[in-house]
Amino acid sequence: MSAALESYQGSLVLRGVEISLAERRLIGPLNLSVAPGEIVTLMGPSGCGKSSLLGYLCGTLDPAFRGAGQVMLGADEISTLLPERRRVGILFQDDLLFPHLSVADNLAFGLPASVRGRPARRARIEAALIEADLEGFADRDPATLSGGQRARIALLRTLLSAPRALLLDEPFSKLDARLRDRVRRFVFEHARRNALPSLLVTHDPADAQAAGGKVFEVGPG
Amino acid sequence: MSRAGTPRGGVLRHAPGLTLGLFLVPIAAGLVGTWLPAFGYLPALGGTSLGFESWRALLNHTSLPGAMRLTLTSGILASALSLALVIAFVASCHGTRLYRRLRRALTPLLAVPHVAMAIGLAFLIAPSGWLARLISPWASGWTTPPDVAIVNDPYGLALAFGLVVKEMPYLLLMTMAALGQAQADQRMAVARALGYGPVVGWLKTVLPAVYAQIRLPVYAVIAYSLSVVDMAMVLAPATPPPLAVLILRWFNDPDLSLRFLAAAGAVLQLFTVILAIAAWNLSERVVMRLGRRWIVEGWRGGGGGLARHMAGGAMSLLYAVAGLSVAVLGIWSLAGRWRYPGAFPADISFGAWTRHLHDLLWATSTTLIVGLAAAGLALALALACLENERRRALRTTNRALWLLYTPLLVPQVAFLFGFQVIAVRAGIDGTWGTLIWSHVLFVLPYVFLSLAEPYRALDERYARAAMCLGATPNRVFWRVKVPMLLRPILIAFAIGFAISVAQYLPTVFAGGGRFVTLTTEAVALSGGGDRRVVGVFAFVQAALPLLAFAAAFAVPAWIFRHRHALRLPS
Repeated sequence: MSAALESYQGSLVLRGVEISLAERRLIGPLNLSVAPGEIVTLMGPSGCGKSSLLGYLCGTLDPAFRGAGQVMLGADEISTLLPERRRVGILFQDDLLFPHLSVADNLAFGLPASVRGRPARRARIEAALIEADLEGFADRDPATLSGGQRARIALLRTLLSAPRALLLDEPFSKLDARLRDRVRRFVFEHARRNALPSLLVTHDPADAQAAGGKVFEVGPG
Repeated sequence: MSRAGTPRGGVLRHAPGLTLGLFLVPIAAGLVGTWLPAFGYLPALGGTSLGFESWRALLNHTSLPGAMRLTLTSGILASALSLALVIAFVASCHGTRLYRRLRRALTPLLAVPHVAMAIGLAFLIAPSGWLARLISPWASGWTTPPDVAIVNDPYGLALAFGLVVKEMPYLLLMTMAALGQAQADQRMAVARALGYGPVVGWLKTVLPAVYAQIRLPVYAVIAYSLSVVDMAMVLAPATPPPLAVLILRWFNDPDLSLRFLAAAGAVLQLFTVILAIAAWNLSERVVMRLGRRWIVEGWRGGGGGLARHMAGGAMSLLYAVAGLSVAVLGIWSLAGRWRYPGAFPADISFGAWTRHLHDLLWATSTTLIVGLAAAGLALALALACLENERRRALRTTNRALWLLYTPLLVPQVAFLFGFQVIAVRAGIDGTWGTLIWSHVLFVLPYVFLSLAEPYRALDERYARAAMCLGATPNRVFWRVKVPMLLRPILIAFAIGFAISVAQYLPTVFAGGGRFVTLTTEAVALSGGGDRRVVGVFAFVQAALPLLAFAAAFAVPAWIFRHRHALRLPS
């Protein structure tokens, strides 16, 4: 699927990125580069600050933590931008579909305003749903869907927002084993097809293996 | 440094300061404006030098000892009974069907304004009231009302009972809300596993944690019970009345020199409340010390069946009294002829409604305008403060909570006169703005407190996910947070509206006597004889908040009828 509005060829580069909590360094300094279409995995135990690192990259780091270091997306330094300007897509452990919106409205929330006009927006959403084998789900209540369907819609929502990079915060850990594999393939396939530099944090070695890219260990010790 | 960590959202940053100022300034100014005349300084009435004359007059006043005794007995009795009943009920009935049922029925009980409840209660328990009629003459043998002072009794027992009917639900609500934070279920599971009975286990393991959470609400109940005016005008004796009513009478006296006496009385009222809360605090410590000994002595307690029956029965009885009190208002408003001791009116008549329709519509519109404006303003301020807190990741402190409770702890009669004096000097007395402002003082704490918990409990990751999809913080607020919190937001609004509808003193003082609301009208009429007319105004006064709550539950339920995750859990 070519959901990304403007195809964007740029690597995600971290230079000297650190996360600390109350003067104690949790992560870093981290230097790494993720090429478009590449999926880099950061492995570490839970509570080591992996999620905070992703929060720093997309600008929503909990103020209790401190983040430092350069984050380049292509030629742009994004760590000084407001979160909504960074165009960094993220998937969390939970799908976080908005419970007050239908499936289509959730997707429309992600679709940039530059796609104008009701019919055009609706068409984009329908196309995305068809592409994900979810045709006819537009007016459904997210609460009535299965975990796998919700996970796929969460990814579609992120992709429709035309991100320039994709962050994955253990998005498969809450799915049961049978689903996990399918959703994982679905996400990775779309990340590669959209040429998104993707950063996956996980503590599950199977995730790292499936990503098939470089693997870094993070955290203290 | 990340930009997200730095403050943003310009105007919002001033929300907490503006909010605090909006209610602390009038209280502080009102206290000063009351204290100066109490010591003789009020140039407008010729008081230009400081002295203790009004204090001497106050302390030598023949009505003072009786008024103080009445205030203290009814206020302390009401507070202690309310708390004891709530603790007994929750300790012995938690987890039962009765508990869940009464919890669901709590909202209407909270919604009915104090005055309407007081008037309904008087209609119910008076010698000529509904209860006497229901049992006469077949059981009681009465063909005329017995000559006993049940309402307006010299000891203020009717007032204390009325206060329990209205204050107990508030304490019950706060206690039930505190159970979650106190991890009551886990504590109980541990206690039960160690062999403790359900009631003793609750008292020994859950109550200490819960009481710490409801301490401020308990103080607010004490402050309110010791200084209540509107309920006292209906249920308390008139000679002498409780202190707060006496003070109001002096403030309203045609003899303007009594203003000085009234101001001194208002200061005394404040000290009475402060001392009572201090004394309560002291007894808390004693009870806690004794309680700790009791906790560790190992007594497990039994099944608690008797306690369950008694506390459950007492609580059900109070609910029934409250329900019947509201019902009897409606019945009286529609009563044609209703001779004693008939159990029901002989015929139905809309006469009271049609004859007073003009006044009724007028008072209802004023009540609606002030209530909607005050609740709306308070809601906007509360949302702004909470959103600011979220965006700047502030933590709330204990001190902030005390500040928020200030308007609930300082007796209204202790500062509203000063507020009026200053409003007159500023030339804003008797205006809509000042009236609404005076209501916001008392509406805001409740709106904020009811909204704060659901707001803070909303999973922050929804907002983060929305921002990462390119939504600005304002868009996140309006498109994600407000819809997801629509129910608590509307409930907070309904609470604010109900609080405003119930206000009596602020309307009297800040309104400069120029505004007639359902409450002021009901209080004014309650002194007169015609129960039909009083019934009309008190019934509408009770109905408005009930309708607001009904709407607050119905609107989100309808909007989200196809959204499973937002539907009611029960």
